[in-house]
Amino acid sequence: MISVKINGDKLSVDPANDMPLLWYLRDHLNLTGTKYGCGVAACGACTVHVDGQARRSCITPLSSLDGSEVTTIEGLAAASSEAGELHPIQAAWIEAQAPQCGYCQSGQIMQAAALLGESPDPTDEEISASMAGNLCRCMAYIRIRAAIKLAAKAQQEAAR
Amino acid sequence: MTALPKFEVTRRWFLASLGSAAVVSGFLPNSAYAAVPAVPPLHGGYSPTMWYTVHGDGKIVVHVPLAEMGQHVGTALARIVAEELEADWEHVEVVHVDPDPKWGYMITGGSWSVNQKFLLLSRAGAAGRTAFIEAGAMMLGAAPSECSARASRVVFGDKSVSYGDIVSAGAITRTFSEEELKGIKLKPPHERRLLNGAFAARDIPAKVNGQAVFGIDRSVEGMLFARPVMPPTRYGSKITSWSDARAKAVPGYIRTVEIEDPSDTCQGWLVVVAEDWPAASEAVELLDVQYQAGSSSQIGEDAIIAEGLRLVNQPDGGSLFYQSGDVSELASPDAFEAVYITHTALQMPLEPLNALVWHDGDLWRIHTSDQHPSASHPLVARALGVLPEKVAMESSYLGGGFGRRLFCEFIVPAALTAKAMGQPVKLVFSRTDDSKLCQPRSPTVQLIRSRTNGDGTLASYEYRGAAAWPTHAQNPAFLSDAVDKKGKIDAFAISGADHWYDAAVQSIRTMRNEVAHDVFLPGYLRSVSAGYTTWAVETYIDELAYKLGRDPAQYRRSLLTKQGRNSGEAPQSVGGAQRLRDVLDKVIAKSGWADRSQLADGEGMGIALGTGQERTMPTWSATVARVAVDRSTGKVSVKRLVSVVDAGVLVHPDGALAQVEGGMLWGLSLALHEGTEFENGLPRDLNFNSYTPVRMQDVPDVEIEFVANDHMPVGLGEPGVITVAPAIGNAIFHATGARLRELPIRPDAVLKALEV
Repeated sequence: MISVKINGDKLSVDPANDMPLLWYLRDHLNLTGTKYGCGVAACGACTVHVDGQARRSCITPLSSLDGSEVTTIEGLAAASSEAGELHPIQAAWIEAQAPQCGYCQSGQIMQAAALLGESPDPTDEEISASMAGNLCRCMAYIRIRAAIKLAAKAQQEAAR
Repeated sequence: MTALPKFEVTRRWFLASLGSAAVVSGFLPNSAYAAVPAVPPLHGGYSPTMWYTVHGDGKIVVHVPLAEMGQHVGTALARIVAEELEADWEHVEVVHVDPDPKWGYMITGGSWSVNQKFLLLSRAGAAGRTAFIEAGAMMLGAAPSECSARASRVVFGDKSVSYGDIVSAGAITRTFSEEELKGIKLKPPHERRLLNGAFAARDIPAKVNGQAVFGIDRSVEGMLFARPVMPPTRYGSKITSWSDARAKAVPGYIRTVEIEDPSDTCQGWLVVVAEDWPAASEAVELLDVQYQAGSSSQIGEDAIIAEGLRLVNQPDGGSLFYQSGDVSELASPDAFEAVYITHTALQMPLEPLNALVWHDGDLWRIHTSDQHPSASHPLVARALGVLPEKVAMESSYLGGGFGRRLFCEFIVPAALTAKAMGQPVKLVFSRTDDSKLCQPRSPTVQLIRSRTNGDGTLASYEYRGAAAWPTHAQNPAFLSDAVDKKGKIDAFAISGADHWYDAAVQSIRTMRNEVAHDVFLPGYLRSVSAGYTTWAVETYIDELAYKLGRDPAQYRRSLLTKQGRNSGEAPQSVGGAQRLRDVLDKVIAKSGWADRSQLADGEGMGIALGTGQERTMPTWSATVARVAVDRSTGKVSVKRLVSVVDAGVLVHPDGALAQVEGGMLWGLSLALHEGTEFENGLPRDLNFNSYTPVRMQDVPDVEIEFVANDHMPVGLGEPGVITVAPAIGNAIFHATGARLRELPIRPDAVLKALEV
């Protein structure tokens, strides 16, 4: 048995069969906001936070997470805001009207949240470098970049 | 755009939550179960037509029979209704309805949605407005002619009554016949209050918090998980033996099903079933299968292209798509001829193919993501051996379509596995399985030849294009007749070749590449045939301009004189080639075209025009690309893309912009970044490690301007794609003198062209 905290809830799990975190989230916890896209960490649709770092859940064995804290898109707002409120990045995503089909957006948002955690006012180069692993097949990149900038600005204003 | 009202985009789907026995302390946040959407009432209220219902609380629920796959289609269609209904937009909600014959033929594609539903839904909205004014006038003690409607209220002087109160009072019952709807008077454009205006898309909030439900997210009690074992070829493979001896060691493995398919969709398929998907996936890898591979296991891209070349070199081959003037002129040996080739491209929507199927009483239930339920439905019924009315389909949000979900044959193995197991089965393709079952944009070969008069006008113009025909493979009933009645035509393999430039004599022929059909099931990839025909036409016109010593933008302008059929037809193509000329003039001004001779060494600007797909629904667009070419490596960097688009009135301007942004980056991707080739019967590149669409760092400066007008709205989902590749290719020529006639453009090809 391992002990893992997921969106604030402490779970005790028998990680049989080298289950990747992705499928545990989706099919055992019904946290379906985290998406399967490629299975080989090449598209970023499955991005979650493990101990605050962006991780590709499709290649992260559940068994490797003993003692870790996992945050998914469903838990992102709760991790930072009042109940029922959106995370500032999610609000920025809406303001920029970023999603098209939306399938990659959980991963994009989790990656962007990790980026802004490390670099509150990222340059264009930093945004490109950090987001390079997140494929958007609708190619909503222009608005994703705009949303990251809006979120950075909102976070800085909130901090002031 | 910051103050966003609370809207819901919902559908009436059934979704059972899985248990979570592993929880030993605390509880999961409510959001874990929020994937179950609220159920809006679809009964009660007042429906002047079946397209929407106005409830007693004032809520207006618009019934959308189209698939949401990134285009915010429900929002756009609801906006059309709201405009003519004089509805308060805050009261409008969207429901994606399930397939039912009453909604008519259900397909989402072709950039058709807004265009084809515009009059229908405008009339439906106007019918409601008329009925509310009549009923409201009665309640207000006035004549209908003395009343008006605004923001969901009927107004008489300083008195008014809301739509909700009219419905609550039971004061409104009028319905409208088809004839009445056709005769209904729409508002004059200057009275429009919503169209062309800014507002937010309704589906977006659920797409930022993980609550939007896609096909792959659906579940039902007692569901098993499955992954297919893909045969070595799409067609004709037979399993000679198989063993699951090693797979049995995987915990959770249940069974392998050998698929016998009356619909012949699955040829040589096994499906592995397990308690969870990772177990099914691992068992697939451990399965030992021997095949007698289909004949296409020996065929690759070269053979398909070679057949295309053979076909286009037959002047009278294939089928005639368009002809005008004295075609004996075409045989002239002094024509300028060029051949253009495009390679295989895959849609690869990010949500892998999947379907959930189970038997519920005497009904088969199918949950999936589907662009074309009206085609899937009879196919699945045939595979299951039941009547279509015994199959109930629901479609969730699509994690991308791009044409791959226009023929959902992947439901068939899911259905047959559920039948074999006697239990609900969710079949999920791995990304590589998905790529093997591709419906690619066919490799194409296109030949163009023309003769010009002394002033550069086109004396004759001839086009012959060879490709696999998606409609032949997927929807043969939709093939059309050749213009000379000799044979059939897939308009979706040739549209776009019939450009809006004037030519005294013209012939456009289309050929079906049978070698390609033996290898794969051709698909409609975003922008369909115009994605390659416009590449050929616009590269050719550019070559011609340089050959004649003319500025490529001004030369195009000189050919757009809107004569004859190029004068357009109301309402779809009103204005004709004049509107193409107008966007051309605007992009010349906006892009700094006049100063292109002053660009740095190795930089260049290219231009291309596009009119979307069918001539019957042209989206007028002009694009200028600025590129930098590294002469030592052949690497092309796109610095800037500027586009001017005239798509008529914009129902959802911000959504329109998003579609053109995404479309143009698709164009960039298809030009320089992505693509594959067939090898031994399958595409060479099966996952995103080697199939490499545009990423964030590849995005250039993009500027898009829409022409504001009140013309009929036309398509926007795809037209953004098509001008980009030829504009880039033409810019490479301007920068270096290297002419590229093959897509995608690879650095090796640029180096080779630089040597010429």
